[in-house]
Amino acid sequence: MTGIVSYGAYVPRYRIKPEEIGRVWGANGAAMGKGLMITQKSVPAPDEDTVTIATTAARDMLDRVPEVNPADIGAVYIGSESHPYAVKPTSSIVAEAIGATPNMTAADLEFACKAGTAGIQAGMGLVASGMVKYAVAIGADTSQGAPGDALEYSASAGGAAYLIGNENCIATINKTLSFTTDTPDFWRREGMMYPVHGGRFSGEPAYFRHVTSAAKMMMEAMGTTPADYNYVVLHQPNGKFPTRAAKMLGFSDEQLAPGLLTPVIGNTYSGAVPLGLAHVLDQAKPGDRILVTSYGSGAGSDAFDITVTDEIARFKRDNAPILDKILADPVYIDYAIYAKFKETIKMPEEE
Amino acid sequence: MAMVSAREWREIPGRYNLIGSKCGCCGKIFFPSRSFCPDCRRAGIGKMEPFKLSRKGEVYSFSINHEYSGFNGRMMPYAVAFIRNDDGVMLAGQLVDVDLDKIEIGMRVKAVMRKLNEDGAAGVIHYGFKFVPDNE
Ligand SMILES: [Zn+2]
Repeated sequence: MTGIVSYGAYVPRYRIKPEEIGRVWGANGAAMGKGLMITQKSVPAPDEDTVTIATTAARDMLDRVPEVNPADIGAVYIGSESHPYAVKPTSSIVAEAIGATPNMTAADLEFACKAGTAGIQAGMGLVASGMVKYAVAIGADTSQGAPGDALEYSASAGGAAYLIGNENCIATINKTLSFTTDTPDFWRREGMMYPVHGGRFSGEPAYFRHVTSAAKMMMEAMGTTPADYNYVVLHQPNGKFPTRAAKMLGFSDEQLAPGLLTPVIGNTYSGAVPLGLAHVLDQAKPGDRILVTSYGSGAGSDAFDITVTDEIARFKRDNAPILDKILADPVYIDYAIYAKFKETIKMPEEE
Repeated sequence: MAMVSAREWREIPGRYNLIGSKCGCCGKIFFPSRSFCPDCRRAGIGKMEPFKLSRKGEVYSFSINHEYSGFNGRMMPYAVAFIRNDDGVMLAGQLVDVDLDKIEIGMRVKAVMRKLNEDGAAGVIHYGFKFVPDNE
């Protein structure tokens, strides 16, 4: 049965706190952080981008399954809204960096914050049909919020990679389905540096409608209730939205907490649900059942019903660091260093 | 104008994946990759095989660079190091995401992919290996 054979996750080491961002813009950063339920967010180093984050996650993913030959990877899909090039795929660079090239297909995917889970769905189709032996799906971002904008308090960086296959799955994906509509809650036009969001419009008709509809459709299709799941992982643009959506659906804080990383790393966009699921898999046991629902503005949600298998007991998880280890020992930076890292300080022209 | 040379393109397997070469005659490992073994000379001709080096190793020597230098201008000061990898091969590279006052000879590190440089805002981005502390 098609499912997850391995996974890897990565979050950059640097952090900035909402209090520090608020200090610079004369805003109450502490109140902002509290409202968003975000205590800090990750910041990529100047030499990190979506390619390097995706590569690190994918290499950790492969380190955990040394028996898998990278040449057997038939597809690499990378979902992001911060691909380093406007034209020139991220996926071909990452595929080269994990030794999957050249007998394979690759493509970059975009659907706001759910392009990573869309990649998992595409990969599942190729694997289940027998067209490829393994597919790699990655969600990774180095997202940008305009200076001073509310998004600046949450937009962060990170990603996770999934190896999808038919054999030796540590978790089977019992079913996936999606809920998609044309909803203009958040967008960025070509050539614009920062996205625009529809303010209050981004809540009720967008995030909550799509996430709860997809999750309910899944439970209806599977004949399940929230009590059947050990964990629920929801898209997490902040800490507040998934906490409220989980409550609306009837899930407890205990079911939500292990898959909720935004309060300590910020909103990693396409990386958010893949990272939340990775944190759950870091501690999951055979038989555990997980409901996953992503969300991408524009708008859509992908839901997955997942069961952890006995294979996870043999899985070489320790061949790569788990997320709690990756997130330990962060380096806190002030806004000046943050601005330097983010290239909002103009540097002299290169020769 | 920014260009990617044929030579640089050929070096991608080395810069991304630490692919060097191994002499089938004497077993010596070379990085960057060579097509000729200087020890075996004629006896080694045609016996050089691609060899994937371990990404893990330890700091052999290092220094902290305070001179402003192009792409690294936003990461000043930064560490450069010789790393003896677990195959015994010496690799030169930057050491990043590290507390500069905690770097020690013998410190365990692993190679990761990072941006090495970029040819301005419109040019190509050059990726390659750098080293980070290996806390495993
Ligand atoms: Zn030789």
